[in-house]
Amino acid sequence: MQNNKEVFTAKNSSCQFGHGKKIIKAVDNVSFSIQDEEIVSLVGGSGCGKSVLAKMMLGIHKPSSGSFLYNGKEITDLRQHWREVQMVLQDPFSCFNQFFTIRSQLKSSFGIFKEKPSNKEIEERVDNALLAVNIKPPEIEGKYPFELSGGQMQRMLLARIFIMRPKVLIADEPTSMVDACVRANILDYLMKIKNELKMTIVFITHDIGLAYYVSDRLFIMHKGAIVEQGTPDEVALSPKNEHTLALLDDIPDIHKQWIVR
Amino acid sequence: MKLLKNLLKSPMFVCGISLLLITIILAVFGSSIFSITMDRVGQQYAAPHGKYFLGLDDLGRDYVSLMIRGLQSSLYVGLLAGVIATVIGTFVGIYGGFKGGWVDDLLNMFTNIFIVIPSFVILILISSSFSEGRSLTLIGIIIGLTTWSWTARAVRAQSSAIKTKDHIILAKLNGANTVKIILVHILPYLASYVFMVFILQVASGILSEASISMIGLGPLDTVSLGTILNQAKNTGALGDGVWWAFIPATVVITVIVFALYLINTSMEGVFNPRLRK
Amino acid sequence: MAIFEVDNLSLHYLTRFGKKVHSVTGVSFTMEKGEILGIAGESGCGKSTLVNGLMGLFIPPLYPTAGDVRVAGESLMNRSPEDIRQNVLCRKVSMIPQGAFNALNPTRKVKDIAADVMAAHMKGIDRKEIYERLNQRFDLFGMDTKRVLNSFPVTLTAGERQRSVIGISTLLNPQMVIADEPTSALDVTTQKVVIKMIFDLLDKGIFSTMIFITHELPLLRHVADNIAIMYAGQFVEVGTADQIVFDPRHPYTKALMGAMLSAEPGQKQKKPTAIEGAPPNLANEQKGCRFAERCPCVKDSCHTNEQEIRMVAGRQVRCEYAE
Repeated sequence: MQNNKEVFTAKNSSCQFGHGKKIIKAVDNVSFSIQDEEIVSLVGGSGCGKSVLAKMMLGIHKPSSGSFLYNGKEITDLRQHWREVQMVLQDPFSCFNQFFTIRSQLKSSFGIFKEKPSNKEIEERVDNALLAVNIKPPEIEGKYPFELSGGQMQRMLLARIFIMRPKVLIADEPTSMVDACVRANILDYLMKIKNELKMTIVFITHDIGLAYYVSDRLFIMHKGAIVEQGTPDEVALSPKNEHTLALLDDIPDIHKQWIVR
Repeated sequence: MKLLKNLLKSPMFVCGISLLLITIILAVFGSSIFSITMDRVGQQYAAPHGKYFLGLDDLGRDYVSLMIRGLQSSLYVGLLAGVIATVIGTFVGIYGGFKGGWVDDLLNMFTNIFIVIPSFVILILISSSFSEGRSLTLIGIIIGLTTWSWTARAVRAQSSAIKTKDHIILAKLNGANTVKIILVHILPYLASYVFMVFILQVASGILSEASISMIGLGPLDTVSLGTILNQAKNTGALGDGVWWAFIPATVVITVIVFALYLINTSMEGVFNPRLRK
Repeated sequence: MAIFEVDNLSLHYLTRFGKKVHSVTGVSFTMEKGEILGIAGESGCGKSTLVNGLMGLFIPPLYPTAGDVRVAGESLMNRSPEDIRQNVLCRKVSMIPQGAFNALNPTRKVKDIAADVMAAHMKGIDRKEIYERLNQRFDLFGMDTKRVLNSFPVTLTAGERQRSVIGISTLLNPQMVIADEPTSALDVTTQKVVIKMIFDLLDKGIFSTMIFITHELPLLRHVADNIAIMYAGQFVEVGTADQIVFDPRHPYTKALMGAMLSAEPGQKQKKPTAIEGAPPNLANEQKGCRFAERCPCVKDSCHTNEQEIRMVAGRQVRCEYAE
């Protein structure tokens, strides 16, 4: 099933912003590896550095120290990198240009390919991608982003991934703006695409319950560092780091005592 | 569309657009409505009488004809200057704001030079260096090339705010190049802002032309509202109480610029819903 | 005596084109002093509209369609916004709107924002006395009072800003507080701190009764005494917190609870509920049960029969087939 190819390898990698006295270490000395076809979640509160780490995986931020490798090599050619690594974001409405129809924007995803396929093939692949997320193409014909619901728009983001067929998907809080009842559907489509395209997925979330449900491994982050790594059971059920414990403690679980009055 | 309907609800807009339309109609169809002639038709500075209801100038020419011609010239220069300034300012601003880094710093420096040096002084210098061949078009181009700087600054701020938005990130991940991102993903979001800026640039162009003409550095081959005022000044009409030599021209300039400012302010109320009552 | 009574409240919006959107329909409940009611629902269910209605703040395009809202026997309907602001807001009922912590005036220090609120409601009190009272009050909040009061909002963390907002809203010891998603944009650690503060204020008697609105049901289990589930403008289930969370009866409540993911053994095998679709468009006339389009146990009659509230297992449920 999984070959042991390492997709991402980081060794003592950091990413800092600013200069002089005002240096902020957004990612602080992290070391990890992510295997092919793995689902890994980066979990932590706001300001823990998970978004910056995700952007490092996309190549948008360069590491200021240490090594950060994709498939054993440094990330240099961004266009080439984005043929293999793509992203799904939290707010599906802000991801699309409000002045153009959704279909035309899905078609423009082909801009990243080395060779653009023929118009006929583009139309076919867009149709197939829509069907893969359970949307019949006529449903979105001529429609603009604001005319669809949040759940539908999130599926558009996934349809785009289906078109682009990347090897790695970075999903930044893909379900936090979606209603709870629809959330499982989005996760289903995500898993469907993952299995068909044999993708590696990096989830970013603050919801440790969600991370527990979907991931093969969890990385708990705090102030830029990865404080704990392991399988969901290891991290959530027998945590070792104090920050992990604090995080688990802060969740209002319905079965546990949360605040003593 | 809905936008137009909303605009028409604002009394400011209706007032401004009506005034502007009247001046445009006069400029475009004036020669059909009134009989235009540049010949001498009477006495020097004859008072308004009969069909010459704006009087005659110091060469005995009909002021109605002069005003219509002047209106055409001023509107033309304003439009030309406005278009040039808006185009330059918008693209300098968008590109600098989007690229950031040293490109932005360089363009900023360039923009600041133009802001700091009074554009009117540059206008005087360039105009006076053309002792012949000073046409309306040339004046329009010069005004356009010297007054784009504050547009660039304003648009740069907007562009800089938009570049952090998610749809820009996704456009990059789709492989869009800089030109495509600017034209497709940034410009439409700034369209209403740029349009309003354009209106102000046109107003500014009309005023600049009037100013440069009033000091005698205007177009040499045609009449404009500014040259009419210049003529009034030179022949001492102001002191002699020959009001028809300068009041009509002043009123018309004021009305056009006022109309444009009204339109601009009322549009701001429509485009920014938070300003609506 | 009931401190807050809502009687068959219905509210609607008038869109630009004159269409009526019935955002809230037939909401009724009463609250006793000291009660915490949680209202849970997803985006678009009408909870924020309801909040404005509960305050009597009917600012166009929001209008009341029918019903009554009473605070300690006094009706809030048919009163001008000025009247409400002067006599009800901050004193009897205080509201903390959604995202309030990002809406603090960035050009004023926290102490000035707070002082303005006090000065507006307490005529003839001098600035010095206001600041003294502020210091005393903010000392109860467990933040670094001196630093927070003298800071501009932008220099404070989100948690400090939200606690300041709550502090300012309760300065005049209102009888009741309505909080619209007070912790939704905060991470879990900050959320816990803010909720602790709310409990603190309740224990110290700064205010006694509260309506807590959120889309996160598990949070309400710890915060609320009673919970009302809202869908498409109606209450579909109302009961005690334990009843709603551990023994839901309405299909929508069951779906909501089933959609929760938690880090516990067995979660990996337990698939969360997945329901397609979206709530109905309330600009159109509604026939029958509003959840019928998406309900996993829908029957034919659900599309035509108007659903009324009935008592099932000791709580109110708006479903004729609920057991």
